[in-house]
Amino acid sequence: MSGFRLADGGRVDRRTKRSFTFDGKAQWGYAGDSLASALLAQGQMLFGRSFKYHRPRGILGAGVEEPNALVTVDRGPGRVTPNLRAPSVPIYDGLHATSQNRFPSLKTDLLAVNNVFSAFFPAGFYNKTFMWPRGAWEKVYEPIIRRLAGLGDSPKTRDPDHYDATYAHCETLIVGAGPAGVAAALDAAAGGGRVILIDEQEEIGGGALSDPAQWGWLAEASAKLAAAGNVTVLSRTTAIGHYHQNFVVAAERLTDHLSLAEAEGPREKLWRIRAGEVVLAMGAIERPLVFEGNDVPGVMLASAARTFALRYGVAVGRKLVVMAVHDSGWRDALALQEAGVNIAAIVDLRRDIDPALAEAARAARIGCYTGYAVTKVTGRQAVTGVKIALDGVAKEQSLECDAVLMAGGWTPTVHLWSHAKGTLRWDEAWGAYLPDKSHENLRCVGACAVAWDFGSGLAIGALPAAKPLHESKAFVDFQNDVKARDIGLAVQEGFRSIEHIKRYTTNGMATDQGKTSNLNGLQIASDVLAKPVTEIGLTTFRPPYTPQSFGAMLGHHKEALFQPLRKTGIDDWAERKGAVYENVAQWRRARYFPLIGEDMDAAVARECLGVRSAVGIFDASTLGKIEVVGPDAAEFLNRMYTNPWKSLEPGRCRYGLLLGEHGFIIDDGVSARLAPDRFHLTTTTGGAARVLGMMEDYLQTEWSDLDVWLTSTTEQWAVIALQGPKAREVIAPLMEGIDLSAEAFPHMAVREGHICGVETRLFRVSFTGELGFEVNVPAQHGRMVWEAIWAEGQKHGVVPYGTETMHVLRAEKGFIIVGQDTDGTVTPDDAGLGWAVGKKKPDFVGKRSLARPDIVATGRKQLVGLLTDDPQAVLEEGAQIVADPNQPVPMTMIGHVTSSYHSATLGRSIAMALVAGGRDRMGETLHVPMPGGVISAKVVAPMFYDAEGSRLNG
Amino acid sequence: MKRFSGFNLIGEAFRSHQGWPEHWPDKAPKASYDAIIVGAGGHGLGAAYYLAKKYGITNVAVIEKGWLGGGNTGRNTTIIRSNYLYDESAHLYDHAVKLWDGLSQELNYNIMYSKRGVLMLAHNVHDVQSFKRHIHANRLNGVDNEWLTAEECQAYCPPLDISPNARHPVLGGALQRRGGTARHDSVAWGYARAAAALGVDIIQNCAVTGIRRGADGAIEGVETERGFIASKRVGVSAAGSTSLVMKMAGLDFPLESYPLQALVSEPVKPIFPCVVMSNTVHAYMSQSDKGELVIGAGTDQYTSYSQRGAFHIVEHTLAAICEIFPIFTRMRMLRTWGGIVDVTPDRSPVLGKTPVKGLYVNCGWGTGGFKATPGAGDLLAYTMAHDEPHKINAPYNLDRFRNGRLIDEAAAAAVAH
Amino acid sequence: MLLIHCPYCEEARPEVEFVYGGEAHIARPLDPSTYSDAEWEEFLYIRSNPRGRHHERWRHTHGCGRFFNAVRDTVTDVFETTYKAGEPRK
Ligand SMILES: Cc1cc2nc3c(=O)[nH]c(=O)nc-3n(C[C@H](O)[C@H](O)[C@H](O)COP(=O)(O)OP(=O)(O)OC[C@H]3O[C@@H](n4cnc5c(N)ncnc54)[C@H](O)[C@@H]3O)c2cc1C
Ligand SMILES: [Zn+2]
Repeated sequence: MSGFRLADGGRVDRRTKRSFTFDGKAQWGYAGDSLASALLAQGQMLFGRSFKYHRPRGILGAGVEEPNALVTVDRGPGRVTPNLRAPSVPIYDGLHATSQNRFPSLKTDLLAVNNVFSAFFPAGFYNKTFMWPRGAWEKVYEPIIRRLAGLGDSPKTRDPDHYDATYAHCETLIVGAGPAGVAAALDAAAGGGRVILIDEQEEIGGGALSDPAQWGWLAEASAKLAAAGNVTVLSRTTAIGHYHQNFVVAAERLTDHLSLAEAEGPREKLWRIRAGEVVLAMGAIERPLVFEGNDVPGVMLASAARTFALRYGVAVGRKLVVMAVHDSGWRDALALQEAGVNIAAIVDLRRDIDPALAEAARAARIGCYTGYAVTKVTGRQAVTGVKIALDGVAKEQSLECDAVLMAGGWTPTVHLWSHAKGTLRWDEAWGAYLPDKSHENLRCVGACAVAWDFGSGLAIGALPAAKPLHESKAFVDFQNDVKARDIGLAVQEGFRSIEHIKRYTTNGMATDQGKTSNLNGLQIASDVLAKPVTEIGLTTFRPPYTPQSFGAMLGHHKEALFQPLRKTGIDDWAERKGAVYENVAQWRRARYFPLIGEDMDAAVARECLGVRSAVGIFDASTLGKIEVVGPDAAEFLNRMYTNPWKSLEPGRCRYGLLLGEHGFIIDDGVSARLAPDRFHLTTTTGGAARVLGMMEDYLQTEWSDLDVWLTSTTEQWAVIALQGPKAREVIAPLMEGIDLSAEAFPHMAVREGHICGVETRLFRVSFTGELGFEVNVPAQHGRMVWEAIWAEGQKHGVVPYGTETMHVLRAEKGFIIVGQDTDGTVTPDDAGLGWAVGKKKPDFVGKRSLARPDIVATGRKQLVGLLTDDPQAVLEEGAQIVADPNQPVPMTMIGHVTSSYHSATLGRSIAMALVAGGRDRMGETLHVPMPGGVISAKVVAPMFYDAEGSRLNG
Repeated sequence: MKRFSGFNLIGEAFRSHQGWPEHWPDKAPKASYDAIIVGAGGHGLGAAYYLAKKYGITNVAVIEKGWLGGGNTGRNTTIIRSNYLYDESAHLYDHAVKLWDGLSQELNYNIMYSKRGVLMLAHNVHDVQSFKRHIHANRLNGVDNEWLTAEECQAYCPPLDISPNARHPVLGGALQRRGGTARHDSVAWGYARAAAALGVDIIQNCAVTGIRRGADGAIEGVETERGFIASKRVGVSAAGSTSLVMKMAGLDFPLESYPLQALVSEPVKPIFPCVVMSNTVHAYMSQSDKGELVIGAGTDQYTSYSQRGAFHIVEHTLAAICEIFPIFTRMRMLRTWGGIVDVTPDRSPVLGKTPVKGLYVNCGWGTGGFKATPGAGDLLAYTMAHDEPHKINAPYNLDRFRNGRLIDEAAAAAVAH
Repeated sequence: MLLIHCPYCEEARPEVEFVYGGEAHIARPLDPSTYSDAEWEEFLYIRSNPRGRHHERWRHTHGCGRFFNAVRDTVTDVFETTYKAGEPRK
């Protein structure tokens, strides 16, 4: 067939042809056509295959409600999008669309055998079978079912497109730019506030686009809106959902309607709109009717046929029959007839027809069958005719036709209303749920508030028929292949609420989200149960209104902008030195600095020996830092940390241990008192923000009487650690105003002075057990000072080292790392840090919890050292420890390895572990059962090197 | 109960399936029961089933304020796994996983338990340490969980991006092959049907509005929208509403209710063979039998009963998903929804007796209780039948919040230092 | 995304600027050592978790940094009011 394009009419541009392909075959249409209208114009009726039975399907609707005609659009490598609705795909030169869910082709789909056996696959069939033999479900049945299910193919390569996102604010947001929405926008614009008008279609106008009589008015209104300085009109933009406090999210499609050559910039844009008032003018969607054969290609909504004819200039057939239970079917029939589409007959179940409509139909020479219903559609891949019968049950008679239009009444689009938790009330006359009350500043206008002249009609479930429901093939949800009888079956099997029926039958759960099936399903259930609809319930609407790309949701949040990576000012020096990095919290940190041919173990061994024998340089800038200032600063820290702070002299440092109120360790760090009222705190790299937040909490809400100020200074200071016996010699020549001698500047002291001409806070601290300094300088000078120290260090054999070496060195000294040797369930005593708890302090955060029965009980896991019997065996971190390696599984585990390394300094492995009653087990041999065999180790104190601390005090 | 089988399905096909009876009859409440379960989620229905099946108490009612399975049971992303760290958790969840196996046959209802594997991704050294700790502990507890290198992870789940320059590169993963998914609705319906067949009354649209206690403080029954129902044993399994029900008995509970969202994409042909979880990137995903990508989001930060979460959570979730699986940016989100999850201070459940005689509780499963459904049901039933917890659920008592013996899996996974 | 009125900034700002701080008006005892284990448990863990009016804390973390209190309906998530820390319960 060809030549379904009407001689004139429509909004398509008949001077501009566009060529595209469908299933590989060359096709054409006019600029302004949708894929559906262009193909219909060529006589294509078959568009897709249904989900379950692979039944041939055509077009049902002309908009987003379309359940059947799903296509995959291929715009080149990485730009493949499945499951697009043909009526909503604008054509452009070079569009490649293919049909889906068929094998090998749309016309001959072998999987249509499912249809032959459909009697075996009613709703819920999978609950009843595929259970034998046991275990066959996931090996045999499930893989087959999965292959049969699914619509199009997923994209398989990375998407080269990018996506945009923005925020917008306005006094009035109008969703839907049909006549009611446009009128509301003009109104709001006159008020002077900011107005945003959005509509999902290619151009604004909504229903008016299918009504040439309104085009003049529409053009004028559009011009007015364009001229108004305070109105933003967004077409091709779908309001996805309404969220708290009039926050509406919308997605704008920017390039999918353009040929690849024209497409430039982001593909989609997410609008996050906060509006003073939201006006919903989302219109209404026509309801299909439920009768035998209502899914044959060529059976469609009357409103869709009208849109194809009047907006696109395409007849959906040469001889049409309208099946109506609503006046709008008559109006559409008349409009179509006038546009040159041949309406053979109007069949209406009602006997009382508005005389004006009946008269007009007769005048237009349309056959009228009032009191009749269609009982069957004949034809398989296209309509060949219908059978009709008086009241659906009397003797059948045949009518020839090649398309059937359904006018089942209208369902107001209340999705966003209901997202906003607006209540709905059932309206018997409309046979629909209508907007009732909302706690938001939100209102509905136009068709979605039924403030529109639709005429009147019946609200009906399935059309009456002689054939019993359980035998009929009348569809309710086209895409998911839910028949009226499935709903009957669900009810028969005891599913009585609509949510149950929906889930059991999958009615309304397809990609059209039930836009055409929900209410029919509800009505049918109500008929079968002989209960009012309101007792069966209401399915809730959930965002998004129509399916939306993941890309639009993530916007800029991808790749480098997904979670910005934090780097220190010294980071690129390390990069140039060939550092291997690790991610720690949001930072990347140099883990080790391999020389050519070195692996991690070799590099770390060399770095460790370098620090112990000469000096190492380490970038510690990621340490969290908080400046604590005020007359009550010491009192405040005293309450926060476990140890006493008031006695700390200015110029001295102290190791601080921070608990949660639950008594478990959450952070630690060395902090310095710079002046009676000023502390320089450090926290772990990952803990900085959390610790500051916690301190602010206590300060503001519990101890607001304390006069203290907290400032995050993490980014203000670059921190360069110099560790090793030569550390003093390296920095001495660069330092001004600080006496570095051991007597004047002991371990755990802090001094202020200058280095390389910039101010510094110099800490004498050590996380390695060696003589050590941490040079704090303003971050912008960090790189310069680092390079100066590096240059000076050359004379002393300085090595750069990374976090891995830092971990080994501190483990040799038994220093813990919070988060590695503790895990959120460890108390100070468990970690062997009882000495850091101020015994005489009446209170500190977490103190009371330390007195709880389980915390003071014996047998808690305690931090110990482990030395493997085989000095070269390195335990795996996380490995579990048992007392008896020969017991059967499940074994009684008494602890686990928290830290474990090969120590180059000691020439053997060392480990730290949390072991039940560990400190009472000194000298005991414990066992670590690994898949490859048991490793035995002796419990020792967690201190492997220089226990007297002579090096550190040097 | 008419048996479900391929044979009967074919038989019924020849008479248009008119012979299938109701899954469960719609019952009006009797005046009294030997035991009452409040909440017809999977847990509550499971408890009723096991009370009748294993513990010989068949005069049982399950009382549900809405429709059965309509709470979190019908809203979750159905991930099942048992590779938890602590002995208490490993035993609890593994008890459930053992029951999942063979549950379809036991209930004569295909609940579609699919052991397609749960792969948890490690993105930094800290993750690696933590996962290895889990793996070793699981091995010694007899729970399967194995380490995969990044390449092995990608071989197991081809859409995974393992490029080393990713913002959060994949360093490896922990795979539990016995983990997977099941069909949530079918679980609720299967338990309901099997319980009803054993004589359990399932009473829907009947909210519990009060709990009656006698002079001695012991439970006497529950007030409902349809009148008083007497019972000396009441088990509450009301998920996000548990603290409200407990208040009716005069008990304050260590629970808070948060919105948790999930979403699915449009269905596509098979592309994603397993379940992948990433705690560091905050994303988890699987593909349903229907073909939808099933994606779990995070909780909102504030407590709420609105069953509705904020949109920025969805944005972050999809950004995270596309970070690990960049091929999916053109996939489209079909549906989002929210549930109300009940969270305890240590994020582990409370399952056992309460200070009120005859009142039992199963709650606090938070974001992860679907996987425990058969186990929680069985253990609640056991506890109610014996007035004593089973040794598996004994540690999940209320006392732990007083004595400090918390079971804090999330803390054990710790935070990156 | 909620819109939250900060009583210090006197402006309604989007939720992402704020961090939720849990139930409000649970004061830390002045001397926790006088608390029994049961009382301490209650302070640490027992929350009212109501359906309806909820007194809760928020911090305008990415704004003024201040903690304040709010009354929000947990069924609709609508804020009834927000007020400064230290002001009496509303
Ligand atoms: C989005 C989301 C994703 C999740 N993903 C997973 C996952 O992947 N894996 C996993 O293991 N878990 C997951 N969970 C958690 C899981 O869903 C729950 O832990 C589990 O389903 C709880 O089951 P339940 O039977 O206890 O609760 P529910 O199914 O919620 O049942 C409780 C029932 O109690 C009823 N009730 C409440 N109050 C009353 C009253 N007063 N009177 C009568 N009845 C009452 C409710 O209506 C409800 O039906 C997820 C949860 C959500 C919300
Ligand atoms: Zn503020």
